[in-house]
Amino acid sequence: MMKIKDVVALLDGSVITGIENNESSVDMAFASDLMSDVLTVKTDNLLLLTGLVNVQAIRTAEMSDITCVVFVRNKRVTEEMTTVARENRITIIQSPYSMYKASGILFEAGIQPVY
Amino acid sequence: MHFEFKVEGGNFSRAGFPSSEVKKRLKQLNVDGSVIKRTVVALYEAEVNIVAHAYSGVISVDIDAGKIIITLADEGPGIPDIRKAMEIGYSTATPEVREMGFGAGMGLSNMNSNADKLEITSEVGKGTTVVITNYFHE
Ligand SMILES: Nc1ncnc2c1ncn2[C@@H]1O[C@H](COP(=O)(O)OP(=O)(O)OP(=O)(O)O)[C@@H](O)[C@H]1O
Ligand SMILES: [Mg+2]
Repeated sequence: MMKIKDVVALLDGSVITGIENNESSVDMAFASDLMSDVLTVKTDNLLLLTGLVNVQAIRTAEMSDITCVVFVRNKRVTEEMTTVARENRITIIQSPYSMYKASGILFEAGIQPVY
Repeated sequence: MHFEFKVEGGNFSRAGFPSSEVKKRLKQLNVDGSVIKRTVVALYEAEVNIVAHAYSGVISVDIDAGKIIITLADEGPGIPDIRKAMEIGYSTATPEVREMGFGAGMGLSNMNSNADKLEITSEVGKGTTVVITNYFHE
């Protein structure tokens, strides 16, 4: 388990939406650009790392009860995405790191994988 | 309670709006969180299938005290072999659909595991109808 504000610090990230969730925690993480796969994950309170930057990534988070989405490589988040994220209290974090590096850092810091 | 949504084939930016509305209603009705998640995941998969594979569709939602029945009827190419389409990895998705993060051939089997009852009927050249039923209590 890790606080979202600690995830932000570890990933040198910036919080785009959901700064009010800073003190809440995530249990596990999953990294994928494939929303088909993310939708099969049953774990709640999950953190998603992805390089897929579109509104479907946020919708997928909404349906799967994913509370925090990290977009790697500082990809540009659209207004449509932030609107849907705010409606659903989803935290969006942008990180300059690659998927590999970001995943490695969080894994090492103790966030558990799903599989 | 009955309500309906229209779905446009190819319109990925609106995909998810009906699922989102259903989620809100079920929350207002204090339905168990895990039932809500299973229902909206199955619905969202079915919705994305219309957007990805069909031309247009209508989603009808019926909620009573014990269950939700969602019917997704589309006009589209239909599914020639439903059993094969259910197999994990079978997909006819276009490169555009794959770029959106879908098209892995996982949706139908995921719908099957998130729905208490899943009925699919299809006519090639006409369209496909998917009925998802989930019960609020065991
Ligand atoms: N509503 C539909 N109309 C026409 N064909 C469909 C429809 N739904 C599914 N299919 C067919 O069944 C195949 C498998 O569907 P499924 O949802 O399992 O995978 P997918 O949509 O291709 O990818 P994914 O769901 O993993 O994003 C599709 O590729 C398509 O050929
Ligand atoms: Mg699908």
